[in-house]
Amino acid sequence: CLSDLDVVPIDPNLDTADKVYQTQNDLEGGLAKIYAGFSVSGQQGPAGNGDLKGFDEGNSQYLRGYWVCQELPTDEAINGWNDGNLPKMSQITWGGGNEFIRSFYYRAIYQVSLANEFIRQAKRFEGQDGFDRVPELIAEARYLRAFAYWHALDLFGNGVPFVTENDPVGAFLPPPAGAIKGDELFNFISSEIKAILGENPDDNNYLISGSGTTIFGRANQGAARMLLAKLYLNHKSYLSSEDNQWYTAAKEELDKIYATNAYSLVTTKDAGSPYSVYETLFLADNQKAASEIIWAFTFDGQNAKSFGGTTYIINAGIGGQMVSTDYGTSGSWGGNRTTPEFVNLFDQKSPTDGRDLFFTQGQSKEINQQDQFTQGYAVTKFKNKKQDGTDGSNLSEGFADVNFPVFRLADAYLMSAELDLRLNNTVTAENLARINQIRTRGGAPAVTNAVVDLDWMIEERGRELYWEGHRRTDLIRFNQFTGGAYVWAFKGGNSSGRPVEDYFAVMPIPSTDVNANPNLTQNPGY
Amino acid sequence: RVVSGDDDEPIPGVNIIEKGTANGTITDGNGNYSIQVEGPTSVLQFSFVGYQATEQPVGNQSTIDISMAASVSELSEVVVIGYGAAKKEDLTGSVKAISTADFNQGSITSPQELLNGKVPGVQITNAGGAPGAESTIRIRGGSSLTASNDPLIVIDGVPIDNQKISGMNNNLNTINPNDIETFTVLKDASATAIYGSRASNGVIIITTKKGRAGGLSFDYNGNVAVNTVPKTIDNLSTTQFRDLYTERFGNDPDLMALLGDAQTDWQDAILRTSVTTDHNASVSGSIKDWLPYRASVGYSYNEGILKTSELERFTGNINLNPKFFDDHLKVDMSLKGMNIENRFADTGTIFGAIGFDPTQVIRDETEFAPYGGYFTWLTPNGQPIDIAPGNPVATLQQKTDRSTVNRFIGNVQLDYKLHFLPELHVNLNLGTDRSKAGGNVVTDPMGAFDFAAFQNGGANRRYDEKKRNELLDLYLQYIHTFEETDLTLDVMGGYSYQHFWREQTETDVFGNGNIRNPEKIERSENFLISFFGRMNLNWKSKYLITATLRNDNSSRFSEDNRAGIFPSLAASWNINNEAFLKESQTISQLKLRLGYGITGQQDIGADYGYLGIYTRGQTTAQAIGYDANGNPIFVQTIRPEGYDENLKWETTTTYNAGIDFGFFDDRLTGSLDGYYRITDDLLNEIPIAAGSNLSNQLVTNVGSLENKGFEFSLDGVLIQNTDWYWTLGVNATYNENEITKLTQVDDPSYKGVETGDIEGGTGNRVQIHSVGYPAFSFYVLEQIYDDNGKPIEGAYVDRDNNGIINDDDRYRYKNSAPAVLLGINSRLTYHDWDFSFSGRASIGNYVYNNVNSNSAFYNNLQVNGRFTGNTTTDIYNTNFQNPQYFSDYYVEDASYFRLDNVMVGYNFHEIFGGKWHARVYATVNNVFVLSGYSGLDPEVFNGIDRNVYPRPRTFLLGVNLGF
Repeated sequence: CLSDLDVVPIDPNLDTADKVYQTQNDLEGGLAKIYAGFSVSGQQGPAGNGDLKGFDEGNSQYLRGYWVCQELPTDEAINGWNDGNLPKMSQITWGGGNEFIRSFYYRAIYQVSLANEFIRQAKRFEGQDGFDRVPELIAEARYLRAFAYWHALDLFGNGVPFVTENDPVGAFLPPPAGAIKGDELFNFISSEIKAILGENPDDNNYLISGSGTTIFGRANQGAARMLLAKLYLNHKSYLSSEDNQWYTAAKEELDKIYATNAYSLVTTKDAGSPYSVYETLFLADNQKAASEIIWAFTFDGQNAKSFGGTTYIINAGIGGQMVSTDYGTSGSWGGNRTTPEFVNLFDQKSPTDGRDLFFTQGQSKEINQQDQFTQGYAVTKFKNKKQDGTDGSNLSEGFADVNFPVFRLADAYLMSAELDLRLNNTVTAENLARINQIRTRGGAPAVTNAVVDLDWMIEERGRELYWEGHRRTDLIRFNQFTGGAYVWAFKGGNSSGRPVEDYFAVMPIPSTDVNANPNLTQNPGY
Repeated sequence: RVVSGDDDEPIPGVNIIEKGTANGTITDGNGNYSIQVEGPTSVLQFSFVGYQATEQPVGNQSTIDISMAASVSELSEVVVIGYGAAKKEDLTGSVKAISTADFNQGSITSPQELLNGKVPGVQITNAGGAPGAESTIRIRGGSSLTASNDPLIVIDGVPIDNQKISGMNNNLNTINPNDIETFTVLKDASATAIYGSRASNGVIIITTKKGRAGGLSFDYNGNVAVNTVPKTIDNLSTTQFRDLYTERFGNDPDLMALLGDAQTDWQDAILRTSVTTDHNASVSGSIKDWLPYRASVGYSYNEGILKTSELERFTGNINLNPKFFDDHLKVDMSLKGMNIENRFADTGTIFGAIGFDPTQVIRDETEFAPYGGYFTWLTPNGQPIDIAPGNPVATLQQKTDRSTVNRFIGNVQLDYKLHFLPELHVNLNLGTDRSKAGGNVVTDPMGAFDFAAFQNGGANRRYDEKKRNELLDLYLQYIHTFEETDLTLDVMGGYSYQHFWREQTETDVFGNGNIRNPEKIERSENFLISFFGRMNLNWKSKYLITATLRNDNSSRFSEDNRAGIFPSLAASWNINNEAFLKESQTISQLKLRLGYGITGQQDIGADYGYLGIYTRGQTTAQAIGYDANGNPIFVQTIRPEGYDENLKWETTTTYNAGIDFGFFDDRLTGSLDGYYRITDDLLNEIPIAAGSNLSNQLVTNVGSLENKGFEFSLDGVLIQNTDWYWTLGVNATYNENEITKLTQVDDPSYKGVETGDIEGGTGNRVQIHSVGYPAFSFYVLEQIYDDNGKPIEGAYVDRDNNGIINDDDRYRYKNSAPAVLLGINSRLTYHDWDFSFSGRASIGNYVYNNVNSNSAFYNNLQVNGRFTGNTTTDIYNTNFQNPQYFSDYYVEDASYFRLDNVMVGYNFHEIFGGKWHARVYATVNNVFVLSGYSGLDPEVFNGIDRNVYPRPRTFLLGVNLGF
């Protein structure tokens, strides 16, 4: 009877590796988990059987965690909940024990681990009959891994644990990629992306190319080039010094995106839609904007339930006198709104702009108390409504269908103009025209070269891209995140805002991991 | 008629002699006797093995009823041990047997309560006052961290699965306490090692009552009890709340508008005085001489003090113990069935009630008509606020959470004494433990406390669970006494096969037919296959040696790590049997014991922890793509799970030294034990280095842990004469726990593994396992206080002197395990009256007051300007604006003394013509608690006080009737 001890799972949902991966289709399921890792927090949805243990599933969802780190510490958003150390995210007064930073850190590295495991398993089938798409699947996984590593680099620096498919799964202690301002992770991301773009001679795992609804949710060449462009554009934050070669490299990547002619700005909407063209980019059927959205985290209110993602962005932004059904949801979590300084980017700097999607009734512009939702304008940019005004698929439970645009063409255009300024102090006519296409589409008057400088660029990026998860990275690049060059309500914990120390530009590696892995070094200042 | 003073059961076979004559008789199967005596001056002498002999002058009485007290001498008592039984005198290990006479009395629905406080080294903590609440048993502290610390429980030879079945929180509730004859607690490894891999946390062997030779007897026991709420949490009264709120927000009309006009005590609104009844009846006897039987039925109905909670239980028990072939074949058959009907009340409402605005009405039929009349927080547009706290009363009334559990434990044990070699026994035990649970959680369509359900016409969650455990034990035992040397050899060897199987299914739909959670099915199993042997040597009843060896193989580990070898060795010396003590008038018992042994641990929760396995995702957690027309395409995901292929047994090595003693013909007995236990390859779920595995936490072997301590118990008969009989028992336990090694990281600066999740924020933990400290030490910041002794918000001692207060300034401060546990129990009999009490003290246990830390701060008074909340009165002490979860201010000394029960009873002897006996009794349970702890109840398992169901104070009246 001793053979009874050789158990295999009898649960219909559990299998060992040799059973679970038998066909190419099975491998798609493994890859799907990496994609789903950006949208849902576990195998059940919205909560239950979570990927990470010891965290609230809503808070530890990838996009929500990223949004909390990228938006709450900026002028674009402020949160009023008293959950643990959450108020400190809006105040830039966090420490190594902050649970919100911690949950995103583990989530980002978890995506890396998922990708590593998938690559390991998929490689076993390379070259076998019926597994012709394996190289492509591996390329997608490599993109997704590089993307998660980029977020980790951007938030936590080069000292994060570095693991690839060549490392074992087990109780070992991963070394860091390198010292805080080292170039190891930067180079890894760059070389990985170049490899899957086919720019290495001996690598033939290529990403799909083109644009459209079949592609915008998948790793594709446009997204890969955007990732490279972002990496290079922000190199000053990652490496020890600024170097124009990286700006040139970023420009080249963006130009390659344009050269495919695969993308175009969305300038029209369905007839009868109550929303502006700009708003259609952030609606429940925004897959219709796939010509502009280069890559998105995809969401669905019925089949990918989560308390994070765009559900969080929408529901947490509804409170006060807002009627949640106006936004295609039943949730009104009353947490996030924006600061008066951000409102001023419209009111004072661009008063006739159509992109200022604020709810002001019963809301004061000024904020004296962080925990009062009615202080600060609410933001209605994301709505779980379709273009025709009907609701998303799950109004009653309040889960959103809205896909989250990670990279979109308008961002690329603004980056190109910014690179012009950084390289040559002036924007080319072509890129000025692109800026004005964006502005016109958004209902803002065109601008001339005379007003377009770097100070204007960071403001314009805010006006076009607010709440899309770019702000912290952008403010750091423009030296406005830390220090006192730009302050906003509750920066530094003070209602009128005050300077914060520079070390806050890089987040602390969570003390739990510094503790569990002595190979890691805490970032300076913490 | 002669009955036992312990349980009023008749004693058959008692010798009765007229003093100074040869005139005598014995009692029949019902304890009755009759004897002709000389005259009024005659004196009757009563004697029976196991009872104290007594005398009674006849006088003018024609009926003399005698209640015989059990003899304190335990030496001849037969104690059930692993795979067999032994005379107490012959034991070499630390074993404590507790039988009917010693049980706690009162409103007892779960077996654990029978022995709480009775055995040194055994700590029993119930999870709160809910009917059928879980009880956690710890023997000599925990030997593990996240692996199970529960002792192995063996019921009539069937080791039961510690994993609970949904709908039954207390695994032992299967057994009607009235059916239990004895508990045997095996504490040291020499006693437990025969159970190998499941015995690291001690073993509790339960035997149920069996039929006795003699005529039919019948017994009925019934009681009714009233449960009251002993104490509620000190939160702000309506006036206090209104004053504080006005003081802070008086100039903000919007915020003031949130207040209501009512005066509501929400705790009062959810709690009640409740009633419990309990009835048990049994018949026992023997059909002819060869088939002793006992059958019993039990019914109890238990209303909880949290409104709507109730438990109804039916139990049935049949024991048949026939013997065949001149007693060569003994058959013990035991069948136990149980049915529980539960209604659970949401215990979250307890914390909810503390924090709910006391100025709001509970109900307003008009204003809140869409929500069943229950007050509900609304947005300015009149829709319920999804993140606002739900009305606690509505939560209780609009959610019906019912479950039904059926369980059957049955076994048949055949013991065959070979005809040609009677010294050799073959024992075959076949057992099964099957249970089936099903439950429904129905949320009323108007239940706004569950916002998603409210939006979707209510909700209905249905779950079912089945468990099937099978057991086969086969052993041979050979006992031979070498007469010439007075040496007894007892050798036993056997094989055991156990299979544990479980399945859970669940559906969760909304009232409008929408699916809330996709259908779930989970199945798992594991196997344990073992070989074991034991040898006992007994020389002249003075020198005893026991050696055991067990080889366990568990399917929870990979082939390389599967086998565990668990040896033990123990010796004892019965000094009182030596010539120089044999005649002693003072010392009646004196025994030295020494033991050593290794036990294991495989109960890690996961059945496939060493295997790289993959979990398929549900339909509600899919990846999404789109087709060319923009229609979504959903792809089921496959998730790799974290695993540790090197997962292996956790082993515990125990050294034990003990002394048992008895004085004055055992009127005073006691024992003293010292022990030292080292657990290696500790299994713990720890946060692992990010990137090293496929999870952020994993169960793995992490280090070593030590427990050392002393146990002492003393039982004495203080007064013994014809009128009075008074016993007193006390016991004390001292335990010290320390983590000695954490191997995950070999770095002296390694802080350890954080644990102890609290309410508040997300993923916050306030305890740590660190080398050199007890497990579950609190890991907090050292609060700074102002001149008035008030804590200063955010001011902590900068312990690393680097000018910033951060995580590195946390320190290890106390822990939740008590250093000393004391138990006391006493019983006083005066003629037909008896009185008893038992109580416990715990010294040095600390508790983190999570109720205060998650409630008493001003930010709680209103949230987002949309709804308000009450706080505990601790806010007056702290004046905290923001929560200070990591302040050591919240770690409090929670030492306590609890008087568990007090009982008074009266026995009637001559009713219904003298054939019947009866007893009435009254008890109070949870009489009082003395403690300096500021929270509701200082008895908090693992030391984090968050949502404790108050333990009721119970007043009970009972009657016992039988013949």
